[in-house]
Amino acid sequence: MIITYMFYLLSFLAIMFGLMVVLSKNPVHSVLYLVLTFFAIAGHYVLLNAQFLAAVHIIVYAGAIMVLFLYIIMMLNLNKEAEPHKSLWIKASAAVAAGSLLVVLVASIKGTVAITPSNEFNPNIGLIENLGQTLFKDYLLPFEVSSVLLLAAMVGAVMLAKKSIK
Amino acid sequence: MSIIQTIPIEWYLFLSTVLFAIGVFGVLFRRNAIIIFMSIELMLNAVNLLLVAFSSYLSDSKGQVFVFFIMAVAAAEVAVGLAILSMVYRNTNSPDINNLNKLKW
Repeated sequence: MIITYMFYLLSFLAIMFGLMVVLSKNPVHSVLYLVLTFFAIAGHYVLLNAQFLAAVHIIVYAGAIMVLFLYIIMMLNLNKEAEPHKSLWIKASAAVAAGSLLVVLVASIKGTVAITPSNEFNPNIGLIENLGQTLFKDYLLPFEVSSVLLLAAMVGAVMLAKKSIK
Repeated sequence: MSIIQTIPIEWYLFLSTVLFAIGVFGVLFRRNAIIIFMSIELMLNAVNLLLVAFSSYLSDSKGQVFVFFIMAVAAAEVAVGLAILSMVYRNTNSPDINNLNKLKW
């Protein structure tokens, strides 16, 4: 019973803070609401027996990516409500388009048949031992390729952010 | 008592769908490029949540490994995207993406 209440609470928090990210005027407030959304999603991960992934999610997203966002906002001095607003027509059409996408996706999900798990239930799959076994046995090549991706992103970010390239 | 016996997978499908739609709404609704980046992060997280939910319900750890790869790609995307954004801001003095319409027609 308490799991159901936890699910409701975390879902409510995630959706509400997600809406606040989009609707708040100040970019700094948006970043802080997005951090709260990530904490709610990390709570969902804990509910789903993915404890290690919850810790990684908080460290990477709330710890690293959001600090990068805040740093850019502070560096560019964007923490003021100077955003020119779109016309009402474009705002209404954005709301209609996103709402139509939601309706279509929900309707297509409702038409699917239920899945039946082929493996028997194992509560330990979210632990670091099992994840490491899968990562370094089945997905070794994508793991190495992602390290190349991170190196390329680092070089690209430095190249782009330099003042002038001689 | 685990969550799998308590909550059907459809609820996680609906929750992820709502979060993804909020991200799409943010991309269409705002003009500030930083908020658009944050909406893209929200969409990526909706997909991550769905991958973790299916991985847990099917007792298959491959879904959670995919979430690691999505996190790596998201980190790379944010680093490059924010570098592009700071360059745009240096050239136009505004975070408004409507300044970037030179290639429009």
